[in-house]
Amino acid sequence: MKAIIFGGTTGMGRAIARRLAERGDSVFLMGLDTDDLVRSAADLTERHPQRAEVGYAVCDLEKPDGFSAALDAADAFLGEFDAVIVTAAMYATQDALEADVDLVRRLVTVNYANTVVFCEHVRKRLLARGGGHLVVFSSVAGDRGRKPVAIYGSSKAGLSIYLEALDHKFNAAGLAVTCVKPGFVKTGMTAGLKPPPFAGEPDQVARDVVDAMDRRKPLVYTPGIWALVMLVIRSLPRFVMRKIGF
Amino acid sequence: MAVSVSDTRTDVPASSSSSPSATLSAWGRIPEKGREVLSEDLERSTLGATLCRGLGRSYGDSSLPANAADRVVATRLANRIVSFDEQTGHLVGEAGVSLAELNRLFLPRQWFTPVTPGTKFVTLGGMVASDVHGKNHHREGCFGAHVQKLRVRLADESVIECSPEEHADLFYGMIGGMGLLGHILRVEFRMHRVPSRWIRAETERVRDLDEFLAGLGRTAPQWPMTMGWIDCLTSGSSMGRGILTAGRWATAEEAPALPPPDPKERTFPIELPNWALNPVTASLFNTAYYWRHMAHRWSGLMTPDAFFYPLDAILHWNRAYGPRGFTQYQCVLPRAAGAAAVREFMFLLTKLGGASPLCVIKDCGPQGQGVLSFPLEGTSIAVDMAVSPDLQRIVDNLNAFVIETGGRIYLTKDRFTRAEHFRAMEPRLAQFVALRDKWDPKRRFRSAQSVRLFGDAA
Repeated sequence: MKAIIFGGTTGMGRAIARRLAERGDSVFLMGLDTDDLVRSAADLTERHPQRAEVGYAVCDLEKPDGFSAALDAADAFLGEFDAVIVTAAMYATQDALEADVDLVRRLVTVNYANTVVFCEHVRKRLLARGGGHLVVFSSVAGDRGRKPVAIYGSSKAGLSIYLEALDHKFNAAGLAVTCVKPGFVKTGMTAGLKPPPFAGEPDQVARDVVDAMDRRKPLVYTPGIWALVMLVIRSLPRFVMRKIGF
Repeated sequence: MAVSVSDTRTDVPASSSSSPSATLSAWGRIPEKGREVLSEDLERSTLGATLCRGLGRSYGDSSLPANAADRVVATRLANRIVSFDEQTGHLVGEAGVSLAELNRLFLPRQWFTPVTPGTKFVTLGGMVASDVHGKNHHREGCFGAHVQKLRVRLADESVIECSPEEHADLFYGMIGGMGLLGHILRVEFRMHRVPSRWIRAETERVRDLDEFLAGLGRTAPQWPMTMGWIDCLTSGSSMGRGILTAGRWATAEEAPALPPPDPKERTFPIELPNWALNPVTASLFNTAYYWRHMAHRWSGLMTPDAFFYPLDAILHWNRAYGPRGFTQYQCVLPRAAGAAAVREFMFLLTKLGGASPLCVIKDCGPQGQGVLSFPLEGTSIAVDMAVSPDLQRIVDNLNAFVIETGGRIYLTKDRFTRAEHFRAMEPRLAQFVALRDKWDPKRRFRSAQSVRLFGDAA
């Protein structure tokens, strides 16, 4: 596999990049900060069985003008990538968002509009070379309108619908699309939040995601128990959702 | 990734969404008020922090906040390998790299840490701050003896590197310094080449304490790794019976062609009630454990996980002690005090009722260069003890005895030692305080333990 991991320097992206590098896949990182990318690339090289060099490019979901150049760099380094994993996104608590409309604009733009734009760039390139795999991190927060994730969740809901449609439309043409819906995972993003029951670890998520890629699954809840949790939450009647706090 | 709000949010640990009564615990499961800041970026997250903690495997309060409002940084996400030299074994890692990860990555390539404690769930930063020792202490000393350089955030927020050549006073203060001189950001040390991925071990059932001490003395010169498990619940003639273990890395010829299987990890599923582990069940466990070793002597091949980390096979085994929590009393009695001191210590322990299923004994080599490093030449004894109304009295009595023999306790395990006892057993304290005066005169770095033992402001 020749994979780009956008957001691969931290959290679940870091865990996935490691899992792929350790089994010998070629890896290319995209992220915000050059120093951070250099250090993560070095870490992945030490883990790679052939100590293969790992490429990187700065790419910012707030700057869609840079998407093409970053993907060009990945193509040049990997010799036409065949898999793209997007874990990059923005998170803020509902309280923080309600207090700052500019933050709302940034978050929904990054998580929905710009992520879709990035995926469209990737889709075109992969279809032009006969197909490939696009894996994008959405969230269980997008499965139901809920009080604590009203805005963040809605940005992920839009993304989930886009990814589902992409799978329907282009699967036959060779483009596999996987929508990943992590539940609560203990990373730097959720530090400071109280972990609910069934909180997962990044390594567990990486195992599930790489496994889903190998089996070309269109949708994966991780840790797996969240599929059941969300099934219950999706089926709760509206009057119940109004009453409860989550 | 967008300039994520999540990153900036970690700068404000007191976020409205986390509960105000959050607590932090270490391995002994006795909580303190406070919370940890979790971040991949130590250079940023340690700004303004009073303490770093790794995987929280120290038993006592050395990784717990002095004050609920303190910024305590958990390093476990800062876990990148910076570089590894396949020729020399020179490894540079971020402070949060765990030993479990190093073993997983490098043991297949036949590199192993020069020193490992009894659990692999520790970070490089924690290994330095505790100056951990292992079964090979009599040969290799502590982990700190193999560290070549540290990258440290100082009290004035500057970041410097220290080594035996550069800021040597800080370097030796950091080794075993419990994080009280600065935050460890990166660790450089030399991994050891091992001839195979298997351990050649010999275990022997030992009838009593005299035989035990003689056995430890006999095996130490022949074997690079030794330790013993003592059944400290028996008294009378079989007091101090147990199992003596010695080992070395198997040679390439001895080792099977296949690599060791991945360790099967089971999780201790529930927190047992407080009464579950009591003198009767503990005694039953010990007798079974002792007699499971049917043959007087056994020798063969073991996996490194079974040999070094028998307790890691059961994740969260500390739940066995129940909600009351527990501590470990670990001390070292100097060689000069002789076997009589060890025997007296075991008598005292039994008499005080402090005995438990886990009691480990080990021959230590000479004291290292870490200013507050634990081991000294003699016999180290470690006993787990459940929290009880008697516990403070037991620890006080044991400490009084240890002071008399010229020994000392291991800060990494400690939660109950009194400041005056600590001062009495630690002649190197003045040297350490002088280092704190030089590198952290305002006492920014502090822990619940440093408040208790050093008198730092809470």
